[in-house]
Amino acid sequence: MTGTLDGFAAEVGPAEPVTVVGGRTQWSVGGAPAEDVREVRAPAGIVAHEPAELTVRVRAGTTVAELDAALAEHGQMVPLDPPDPERATVGGVLAVGRSGIRRLGRGPVRDCLLEARYVSAEGRVVKAGGPTVKNVSGFDLCRLLVGSLGTLGLLAEVVVRVSPRPAASRWLQAAGADPFALRRRLLGASSILWDGATTWVLLEGHPADVDAESAVVTSVAGGAAAVAEVAGPPPLPAGGRLSARPSALRDLRTGDHAGFVAEVGVGVVHTTAPVPPPPLAGPRELHRRIKAVFDPTGRLNPGRSVVTA
Amino acid sequence: MAQRYREPVTPPGPSTAAADPLVADLRRALAPDRVRTEDLELALYGRDASGIDAGGRAAVVCLPETTEEVAACVRAARAHGRPFVARGAGTGLAGGAVPVGEPVVIVTTRMTRILEVDPDERVAWVQPGVLNLDLTRHLATWDLHFAPDPSSQQACTIGGNVANNSGGPHCLRDGVTSAHVVALEVVLPDGSVTVLGALDPEPGGYDLRGAFVGSEGCLGIATRVAVRLTPNPPAVRTLLADFASVEDAAATVSAVIAAGIVPAALEMMDARITAAVEDYVGAGYPRDAAAVLLVELDGLPAGVEAHAAEVVRLATAHGARAVRVAADDAERALLWKGRKSAFGAVARILPDYYLHDTVVPRTRLVEVLRRVYQIAERHDLVVVNVFHAGDGNLHPLLLFDRRVPGVMDRVHAAGEEIVAASLEAGGVLSGEHGIGLEKKAYMDRLFGPDDLDAQARLREAFDPDGAANPDKVLPAGARCGDLQRAPEGAWI
Ligand SMILES: Cc1cc2nc3c(=O)[nH]c(=O)nc-3n(C[C@H](O)[C@H](O)[C@H](O)COP(=O)(O)OP(=O)(O)OC[C@H]3O[C@@H](n4cnc5c(N)ncnc54)[C@H](O)[C@@H]3O)c2cc1C
Repeated sequence: MTGTLDGFAAEVGPAEPVTVVGGRTQWSVGGAPAEDVREVRAPAGIVAHEPAELTVRVRAGTTVAELDAALAEHGQMVPLDPPDPERATVGGVLAVGRSGIRRLGRGPVRDCLLEARYVSAEGRVVKAGGPTVKNVSGFDLCRLLVGSLGTLGLLAEVVVRVSPRPAASRWLQAAGADPFALRRRLLGASSILWDGATTWVLLEGHPADVDAESAVVTSVAGGAAAVAEVAGPPPLPAGGRLSARPSALRDLRTGDHAGFVAEVGVGVVHTTAPVPPPPLAGPRELHRRIKAVFDPTGRLNPGRSVVTA
Repeated sequence: MAQRYREPVTPPGPSTAAADPLVADLRRALAPDRVRTEDLELALYGRDASGIDAGGRAAVVCLPETTEEVAACVRAARAHGRPFVARGAGTGLAGGAVPVGEPVVIVTTRMTRILEVDPDERVAWVQPGVLNLDLTRHLATWDLHFAPDPSSQQACTIGGNVANNSGGPHCLRDGVTSAHVVALEVVLPDGSVTVLGALDPEPGGYDLRGAFVGSEGCLGIATRVAVRLTPNPPAVRTLLADFASVEDAAATVSAVIAAGIVPAALEMMDARITAAVEDYVGAGYPRDAAAVLLVELDGLPAGVEAHAAEVVRLATAHGARAVRVAADDAERALLWKGRKSAFGAVARILPDYYLHDTVVPRTRLVEVLRRVYQIAERHDLVVVNVFHAGDGNLHPLLLFDRRVPGVMDRVHAAGEEIVAASLEAGGVLSGEHGIGLEKKAYMDRLFGPDDLDAQARLREAFDPDGAANPDKVLPAGARCGDLQRAPEGAWI
C-alpha cells in the first residue's frame, strides 16, 4: 500500500488549486485541467476484502486491474470496466462515472459505491455513505461523487460492492440479427453491441443457460451460419460518446457518426466522429450552488467541469 | 467549519391557520375541498407509522393532484414564510413525514396516475402517490415488475419509496430504490419545477437524481418518477431451511454468499417468531427450530436449479435439520405467507412492538444477534428477529405492553443499545427506514462533524432557507417514538 488518507489530505492541503491524477486514461473528460496546477495522487492498495461481505475497501489510486486480479482469486468482480484497466484507477473510474460495455448486465458504475472517504476543498478527510451493502443513513453523497470529476472532493478510499463472477461467459457475433429483438428475448445478456449491421452479444450465467440463450441468438439471427463465437467485443470507436434513450438507437443507420458501436438496451453510442457533450440534466443554478458549497474557492480540479457550456 | 445546523423549532400552540391568508391562497390554487384545516385532519397528518410526536402539527393539509398544484402549494407556503412537508401514505417508521412546528403538509395520495409504461425500454413514469404494489400489479400485463418490495408495499407510495430509498426482501440482488429510479420531476424548495436524471444513460452534470433519492423530503417534492422495470423471472425456487441454532443459520448465509450465489431473497426468522407464525397461519414452519432461512432463487432455469441444489447442500453441511423446497406456486406462496405474517403473529405475543432497523456486516450477524438478545433480557423485554439476513439488515422487534408503567423507558433504552451494538460491529444506523426524527440524534455516532457538515452542504445547495421538511435527518436533538402502527396488509 502506498500513502495514507491523512498524508493525502496533508498533500492536498487547505488552499491553492490542485488536480488529482489517476491513470490519465480519461483525462480530457470535462475539459483539460488548467495549466500549472499542482498534481496530487490518491493513495493506492487494497485495504480489506471479505468475500462473504461482497464488498471491498480499496484506496482510490489502485488500478482497476490490480483490484480485479485480487477479486478474481475469490471468484468475484466489481462493475468497474474501463477500456484500459492496467492504467485506470478505481478513483478515476468512479470520478468520471462512465460504465463499461457490460452495464446491461452488471448495472451502472454509480450504483456500486457504498462508502467514500474523500479529501474536501478544506483539506479534510470526509466520509460519505457506509461500508454495508445496504444503508440509508443520511443523504446519499456517494451518488453525487460518482461522475463529479473530482470537482466536489478528491476520492481517497472507497468501499465498493462486488459480485460473483459468472460461471460461464460467451461472446457471440451475429450478422444481421435484430439487436432490439435480442434485447427483448434474452435475460442473461450482459452486453448487446450493434454497429448498424452486426450484433455482438455477451451471454453470462450458468453454462446451460448460456447454451439455451445462444440458441435464442441463433434463431433470431436466422440460423447457425450467421452466428460465430468470438473472443470478445469489437474495437470501440473512440471519437465520441453519445448518450441516447435506448429506443432512439433504432434510428441509427450504418455509417452514422462516421461509424458507431451502440450499447443496445443501455443507450451509450461510441462514435468515430466527435459528438457534443450531453445536455445538462437539472438546473444550471443548482449545479453552480452545489459546486459552490463543496468547493467555495474553486480549487479542486480547476478547468474541469461537469457543466458544459 | 461552517455552522449549518438549525435549532429545533419550538412547539406551537393550537393552529391559527384557518383564518390565515395562506389558506386563502392555497384554496385559490387548489380546489377548496383539497385544502384542509379541520382539527381532526390536522391531527391525523401530524403522525406517521412511527408514532413519533415532535410537538408540531400541520398548519394546513393540501391534497394536490398535479405537479403545478404541488408547485403552487410550495410557493404559497414560502410566500407566507412557512416550511412544508411532503407526505405519501404515512407508513414511514422514522417520522420523516411528521410535522415539526406548523408546516404546510403536502400529501400526494391523490397523485395516483401511472402516466406512461414503456415495456420496450422497461421504464414507466408514475405520479408519486401510486402505491408500490399497485404499480407492480399494473405491470403484470407486460410480465414486468418494480423490484423494490417493502413489506408495507400494499400501503406505501412510490414517492415515499424514493424519499426513503426503501428496500425489501428482493433488494438483495437487485438493489434498493435508488437503483430503480432513472429520473425524477421535482418541485424544488423555491417552488420551481425541474427534472433530475434522464431516460438516457449518461445525462450531463452531477447525479442530482441520486442525491435526491433517500433525501427524506428535505430537498424538495418528487412529482413524477421514472422507474426502471424488471422482467419477471422465468424460473423461481423457494426453500425453507430449518436450523437447531442461530449460528448455523448465519453461517449458512455467509457460506451461500461466499459460494458466489446471490439469491433474490435471503430472510431469517428466529425461534420465537417462527413458532408464533406457525401458530398463527400454519404455513408448515418447524415449530421447534432455533432459526429458519427462507431463500428464494430466480432467473434462468439452469442457474436457478444449480443454485438451489447448492443452497440445500450448504445448509445441510452447516447443520440444517431439514430443507424444504417448495414444489409448486401454492407451496411457495405458503412459505412466503409465513414470512409475511410476522406482524400479525407478534400481536399474539404482546400487544405493542417497536421495530428497529440497522445493518451490520453479514459476517457479524451472529455476534450482534447475541447482543440483541442480551440487551432485551437486561431490559426485561421480549425480542423477536425476522430480517433480511442476506444483506445484514437486522429488524429486531421489541415486544411490550404499553400499559405496563415505565415500559417505554426500557424500550427506548434497549433500542439505543441495539443501535450502539450495530455500530460497534461496523454497521450503520438504518438499512431502509431512514433517519427522519427517530435517528437524528444518533447521526453523530456514525458521522464526524466534517461528514455531517458535508451532508448539510448538500441540503443548503438545494434548500438554502431550510424550508423543505425542516429538522429532519441532520441532528439537533430528537425525541424517540412511542408506538408504531402497521398499515392494513403490511408485513415486516
Ligand atoms: C409495517 C411496516 C413495514 C415496513 N416495511 C418496510 C420495508 O420492508 N422496507 C422499507 O424500506 N420500509 C418499510 N417500511 C417503512 C415505510 O413503509 C417506507 O419508508 C415507505 O417507503 C414510506 O412510504 P410512504 O408513502 O408511507 O411515505 P411517508 O411515510 O408518507 O413519508 C416518508 C418520507 O418521505 C417523504 N416523502 C413522501 N413523499 C414524498 C415525495 N413525493 N417527494 C419527496 N419526499 C416525499 C416524507 O417527507 C417523509 O420524509 C415499513 C413500514 C411499516 C409501517
